[in-house]
Amino acid sequence: MKTKLKTSTFVTIMVIAVIVALYTLAPFFLVCINVFKNANGIVADPVSFAGASVRQLMTNLSNVINNSNFSFWYAFGTSALITILSLILLALFGGMAAWVICRNKTVWSNAIYMVFIASMIIPFQVVMLPLISTFRDVGNFVGLSMLQSIPGIVFAYCGFGGAMTVFILTGMVKTVPYDLEEAASIDGCSYEGIYFRIIFPLLRPSVVTVTILNGMWIWNDYLLPSLMLGQNGKVKTLPVAVQAFVGSYVKQWDLILTAALLAMIPMIIIFLIAQRQIMSGMVEGAVK
Amino acid sequence: MDSIHPVRKVLSPLFLIGGLALLGASLAMDCMGGGPPPFYQYRGLILIAGILLFFAGLYLFPTLTHHRDIVNVIFLFPLLFTFGVTVIIPLLLGIFYSMTDWTGIRYTQFVGLANYAQMFHEVSFLWSLLITVLFVVFNMVLVNLVGFALALLCTSRLKGVGFFRAAYFLPNLIGGIVLGYVWQFVFNNVLVKVTGASLLTKTPSAFAAIIVVYIWQYAGYIMLIYVNGLVTVPGDVLEAAAIDGANAFTTLLRIKIPMIASTITICTFLTLTSAFKQFDVNMALTNGTGSVMDFMGQYLSNGTQMLALNIYNTAISKNSYALGQAKAVLFFIILACVSLVQVRISNSKEVEL
Repeated sequence: MKTKLKTSTFVTIMVIAVIVALYTLAPFFLVCINVFKNANGIVADPVSFAGASVRQLMTNLSNVINNSNFSFWYAFGTSALITILSLILLALFGGMAAWVICRNKTVWSNAIYMVFIASMIIPFQVVMLPLISTFRDVGNFVGLSMLQSIPGIVFAYCGFGGAMTVFILTGMVKTVPYDLEEAASIDGCSYEGIYFRIIFPLLRPSVVTVTILNGMWIWNDYLLPSLMLGQNGKVKTLPVAVQAFVGSYVKQWDLILTAALLAMIPMIIIFLIAQRQIMSGMVEGAVK
Repeated sequence: MDSIHPVRKVLSPLFLIGGLALLGASLAMDCMGGGPPPFYQYRGLILIAGILLFFAGLYLFPTLTHHRDIVNVIFLFPLLFTFGVTVIIPLLLGIFYSMTDWTGIRYTQFVGLANYAQMFHEVSFLWSLLITVLFVVFNMVLVNLVGFALALLCTSRLKGVGFFRAAYFLPNLIGGIVLGYVWQFVFNNVLVKVTGASLLTKTPSAFAAIIVVYIWQYAGYIMLIYVNGLVTVPGDVLEAAAIDGANAFTTLLRIKIPMIASTITICTFLTLTSAFKQFDVNMALTNGTGSVMDFMGQYLSNGTQMLALNIYNTAISKNSYALGQAKAVLFFIILACVSLVQVRISNSKEVEL
């Protein structure tokens, strides 16, 4: 029974919705108009188009992209590489671990699962300081640079993301009927083949969820890369680069806002492409 | 499947021995602190190669009865290893370090609970603790109210729901550092025309500003979870309520809210823990600055410094690693208690259903 809304109620709801949308989008709008201006123009009038020109945008962009403190393409590439590598490894290793944990009902697998679940409450702050010193000491000892390197940071993300990944994927593995594995085994599929040929393809919906959750976190993470890579180290991720850039150009809003825009654009593009998946993935992750 | 390929009988021991040899060689060079020049430089890579070769040998091990166990171990190893090195070992070390005079590099003596005693004598830390609790309480209430209101808005008969949902959710996509600077611009250059002086200069208004930014960032996410809960409320129940003469407000209070009680629990704890861990926005927006004239008889300059930022600054900026670590352990204990309460509550809810 869908009663028709009264026109006045409908108008009220629409007005509220539009006002809230204006509020949530206002900062983005402000960034977008001010990157077309120079520093004086921004300070003079930050809310209108006065003084905006495409040529100024080009100047701002080239100033920021070529800036040695920001080096946009390099930071972007580093962030992308770290995120993609971590996501692939987490999905692969997480799925493997989830499957083994789920299909072997032993004391060990149960204990491992419990440790993973319990570890999800550990905040990063309590492990960050010893983590850095451990990575530095172990790295020095075995002769691998684990702190200022991309493999080191990917390693850390695999460790930190592991618990949640296993948790969500275990839930999915449980729904796959065991008969399927038995049938494959009778047909001559090897034990590890069962995972790669049968289970992993069936995990796809959950792998998407996990990838979205981990991806949002890794791409936007600031604290871990800033500690591991250093504020002004050779390797930089995008958030670290923004921080370093702002630190060196206090109040130069034309440059800072352009840098912020550049840092936001990749995520917004991905959101526009995969809006539905991202929103449902974020909800699923929270509800579980 | 029933027979073992002869190649495996040859390759497996070869790989196992080769892997162990590489492992041994690289560890020997580590311990001696030297070795043949080209090899010593690449001893890390030799170590990795040794581990990989060892696992290849293990995988090819000519056995039928134990093949499953071997694969199980190989499948579990990567995640358990990274997890152990990045989470478990640092956690245990951290708890230990918090009771020593650790400098971030080494420690000389065990000091017991001295660091814990010291932090409770530090007025600026108590202030951080206090405003973090305030921040958490404000946010828990406000983010949930705003998120729930937005969810009601998005489940009502609205034109263009998809657009509004996406617009409300958008802030959640951007990292806290970038958001913090964008909002710093908004407060210092745009809103300043209305407010006179920037809101970020005075401690109470700067604190309110952080709350506003946080709600702006987080409410859209909470809204999505509430929407997810609200759409599970069965249509016939709402219909029955309407027939019985319930108005919109009664329906909301008597039917919708009780039916999504578990969602409310989830959102409450989600906002609680994430507000408690708030770091990025705090750092980028005010960096913890703000003066407090008199708190427990002291002048403070860290008026908006939340707990997470206080820990970071204690260790990184002030270089007192042991003290920072002790604060972090307290931080962990508080979060662990909150999580235990949450588990308790959601378990008791499940029984009711």
